[in-house]
Amino acid sequence: MSLCDAEKTFILHGVKENFRVDGRDREGYRPIELETNIVQHAFGSARLRLANTDVLVAVKLEIDVPFPERPFEGKLEFFVDCSANATPDFEGRGGETLAAELANILTSAYRSPQTFNLKKLCILKGRKCWKICVDILILECGGNLFDAVSLAVKAALHNSQIPLIKSINIDGDNIELNVSDSVFDCEKLDVANAPVMVTVCKIGDQCIVDPSLAEEQCSVGSVVVAISQEYFSTVTSIGKGSLHPRTMCNSLELGQKVGIRLNKAFMETLHNIQPDEDVGFLK
Amino acid sequence: MSQKIHIRTASASNRIKPLPTTQKCYKIFTPGEVVINASNTNFVRGHGTYEEDGDLKASVAGVKEQVNKLISIRPLKSRYNGQVGEVLVGRIIEVQQKRWKVDTNARLDSILQLSSVNLPGGELRRRSVEDQHMMRQYLQEGDLISAEVQSVFSDGSLSLHTRSLRYGKLGQGILIKVFPSLVKKSKIHFHNLPFGVSLILGNNGYIWISPPIDNKDENVGGFIQNLDEVIPKDIREAMARTRNCILALAENKMMLFDTSIVFAYEESLKYSVAELLLPEAMIDVALLTQHRIHMLEDYEFQ
Repeated sequence: MSLCDAEKTFILHGVKENFRVDGRDREGYRPIELETNIVQHAFGSARLRLANTDVLVAVKLEIDVPFPERPFEGKLEFFVDCSANATPDFEGRGGETLAAELANILTSAYRSPQTFNLKKLCILKGRKCWKICVDILILECGGNLFDAVSLAVKAALHNSQIPLIKSINIDGDNIELNVSDSVFDCEKLDVANAPVMVTVCKIGDQCIVDPSLAEEQCSVGSVVVAISQEYFSTVTSIGKGSLHPRTMCNSLELGQKVGIRLNKAFMETLHNIQPDEDVGFLK
Repeated sequence: MSQKIHIRTASASNRIKPLPTTQKCYKIFTPGEVVINASNTNFVRGHGTYEEDGDLKASVAGVKEQVNKLISIRPLKSRYNGQVGEVLVGRIIEVQQKRWKVDTNARLDSILQLSSVNLPGGELRRRSVEDQHMMRQYLQEGDLISAEVQSVFSDGSLSLHTRSLRYGKLGQGILIKVFPSLVKKSKIHFHNLPFGVSLILGNNGYIWISPPIDNKDENVGGFIQNLDEVIPKDIREAMARTRNCILALAENKMMLFDTSIVFAYEESLKYSVAELLLPEAMIDVALLTQHRIHMLEDYEFQ
């Protein structure tokens, strides 16, 4: 989709007047729809819909050997799959760069021990640990992918349950793990500090959050800010354009402000989710 | 000013339910469903159907339409099937030798011939080689146009024309996309709504919302875009509200025509424009609009 100059002008003037095409102000976020625990065979899953952006995330657990340099820590891996159903651009190898970019940003946002405690995933020092594989499937692309993905990942991790290990038998090199027989003997992951990402888009002289697909096309450059509680965890610029230092500071400020608000609203929703039997967006 | 961020859970309890129907319900056939039994041989197979073991079965999900013996199933959701004379909104995707390729939400890209546009200045003459070189200055990739279907080629692709002052390049405004089947066919598709918004309801499901067009302006050919013009806040607000109202109606599968849009606009005034993005507000507006249209129909019937 490419816009004509007149449409871009209209969006540009709207941002200037603090009244965007759909009536939001510059800091306004579109309504979000969230569903958790919808994939039966995953340890945790979530689906998030932000306007036309639709993301499905599933969490799977494996037993692995820790990295030699970090014997006390588990592993966390992200894999993004851009389905060609989302947009025709993803056909063939089209979505690969975007997928790699998303996975990299997520990895770097979750790297700090302040955001996500990997030490809890350790089973036996240097020998066994849990590896969390987060699979992200992009079902539809309607702008603001980074924010949607980070929220969906957070929800899926919140929904995940790690089986409790009752005992460990060590016999030389053989390690035997005994998992509790009851499927309900599980531990929840702590995601209170997990980062949320906010894309701050520069349009004209102003910065906006939660850009739609059309607004993304008008932007000269954008910054993705990952906020954990109230601290920055990662900052990356995406797209071609570069930013003036002053704009950069403004957009970081805006990203932090909105990120804190978003995180608060999101945690509230996560805690209010009732275990509901009749879930699944296909129903 | 900071807006609240709305995050809702999509569990069954607070999932949005479809609007109750007030009008006569049509039976919707699903693909593979038998439309006409084998015992009845008195039919002609139309679009959206196939024959198996003598039965006539639906190949798409939709409603049955019968013209004498010809039985066809009209799909509820589909790409746009053009018919001669329909008004549509399209986006230029390619400039070729003597024609433009236009995206009109049809199965194949539509074609706008250089010979079927009005040249700027309203000149009527044969198109020369210079005109061919100038084509990108008239319409370039990404530009939006309003046009009319001139003819349908044998493969189903459309040939468009803009040989009227009404048609041509579109200026500043908002494009929204809905299902083509939701746009009600009528004689007029250009509307100037009372709250200062003008609207083009393309039959192809592309709807163009723009600031009011004053007809006094000598608008010839329609290749001029005024990029310096800043649209005042009140008109911008009306446009955004119209946009959200149309999306609310489309979300709830309501027919789009001037009356329904005006009703929805009036019913939506109790919400702020940004609030209209919420599913609860959308369904409320759609319900109230449905009610008013129903009342109007009853009144006309009496």
